[in-house]
Amino acid sequence: MAKTALQFRHNSRDVAVFVDGGANLLTTLRELVGDMTPKFGCGQGGCGACTVLIDGDAHLACLTLAETVAGRAVETLDGLKDGPNLHPLQRAFMEHFAAQCGYCTPGMLMAAKALLDRNPSPTRDEVVNAIAGNICRCTGYEPIIDAVLAAASGGMRGLHGPEHVPSPHMSPRTF
Amino acid sequence: MARHRGRGMASINYPIGMNLGGDPSQALVHSNPSGKFTVSLSSIDLGQGMKSVTRQICAETLGVPVEDVYVDTADSDTGPHCMGSFASRGTHRVGNAVMAAAREARGVMMEAAAEELEVNAADLDTDGRGNIHVKGAPHRSISTKDVAVAAQFKQGKTISGRGIFLVPLSAVDPETGEMSPATCYAHACLVAEVEVDDETGEVAMVRMDSAYELGRALNPRLVEQQLVGGAWMGISHALFETTEPYYPDPGHGPRDFVDYLMPGPGDICPHDIAVLERPAADGPFGAKGPGEMCANPVLPAVANAIFNAVGVRIDELPITPEKVLRAIRAQGGARPQARR
Repeated sequence: MAKTALQFRHNSRDVAVFVDGGANLLTTLRELVGDMTPKFGCGQGGCGACTVLIDGDAHLACLTLAETVAGRAVETLDGLKDGPNLHPLQRAFMEHFAAQCGYCTPGMLMAAKALLDRNPSPTRDEVVNAIAGNICRCTGYEPIIDAVLAAASGGMRGLHGPEHVPSPHMSPRTF
Repeated sequence: MARHRGRGMASINYPIGMNLGGDPSQALVHSNPSGKFTVSLSSIDLGQGMKSVTRQICAETLGVPVEDVYVDTADSDTGPHCMGSFASRGTHRVGNAVMAAAREARGVMMEAAAEELEVNAADLDTDGRGNIHVKGAPHRSISTKDVAVAAQFKQGKTISGRGIFLVPLSAVDPETGEMSPATCYAHACLVAEVEVDDETGEVAMVRMDSAYELGRALNPRLVEQQLVGGAWMGISHALFETTEPYYPDPGHGPRDFVDYLMPGPGDICPHDIAVLERPAADGPFGAKGPGEMCANPVLPAVANAIFNAVGVRIDELPITPEKVLRAIRAQGGARPQARR
């Protein structure tokens, strides 16, 4: 099958690849661009692990025809941190223990970034809605929701070293 | 047609690890010439925090900073044997093995330090910050790094230790068949509050309150992480997920994430957790295990809450809207029980 030349912006750089007709964006990013941060979960739009931003909006890379991103800006988790500095969302995820096995985390972070980029002060319901298409098997979602809300309210605070975050759930007792 | 609130509770005793004796895990600990330590395991960290907890256990036992310990879970071809990461056994079984290995390695480290300081090893102690000193004379000290270098290049010693934890086999009483199924138990109690729609059969979680007694919480944030996530999985087992919805008929089984129902971020509820710490006599630093048990009490508590709300007793999981609705119709309508 003839391949098509495809150029698009990948995080902070321009990339050019040759894709097969019908190739999806997830395969293109992972196999041709070499960006392994979007994860393959189900390949049919059911889990959100492959979430990336296209011109700022959250999209499922596995359901996006690669050729449709020609000339557009694709953001992935690989471009989220700024050199050695983690993005406030990444730091909030760490502080709130919002990852266990970590497989959903790239998609969660990108879905959350899409939300915070257009709505810096979301309500809890808006956060829930933003990650409603992303499956997490480990955390019970609560720590993820807390992390996104903390990143929103903390703004850039997260860039200045780890802080102690009091646990919202635990009331430890010893007897 | 109405929505009915109901409250249910459940208590559990949860045995740590596999029952009836055996269930071994091994660990190896060795120092590198840099003075850092490596723990070799075959045990797998699935995200529950096994690497963090065994790292803490090793550092505490050796008397070195936690930053100086690296845990390598390697693979089961090359690592020391482990039965696996299941049955809430990781912290207890693997932790005990790591503790034994670190204790042996600490013995060698102290002997090597004693040779350098020209004192008796019994007179030495660690400061937890990477130094070994003579008890009562902190100025007579040597860093663990210098001890490691001396052991490696001068004394010809490996600072290393082996550890295994094996539960003694429980003998069967020939008269009664009685055995001792486990060496220690964790305990939990959970109260679930639900809202049942008697028109659709849907069950919504309103809130949960729980208390878990799981020995010493070696890493309280990781314990919390397990309890919060595990309770979510309990909700999922209680109300949503199954591979065979019409068992034993294999039809209509889910084939992918679109068909396989699980609660999403909008289906969770506030959950207040109290952790009670009663150290286990045979646990590493008193720890038991907060693994599987964090999901278990949710299921019966939710089933009890549904009975309390509409008076139907569903004894097959998951408790789907279809089952609730059929049961409500069979008894001629919702019969809310006394508020508990």
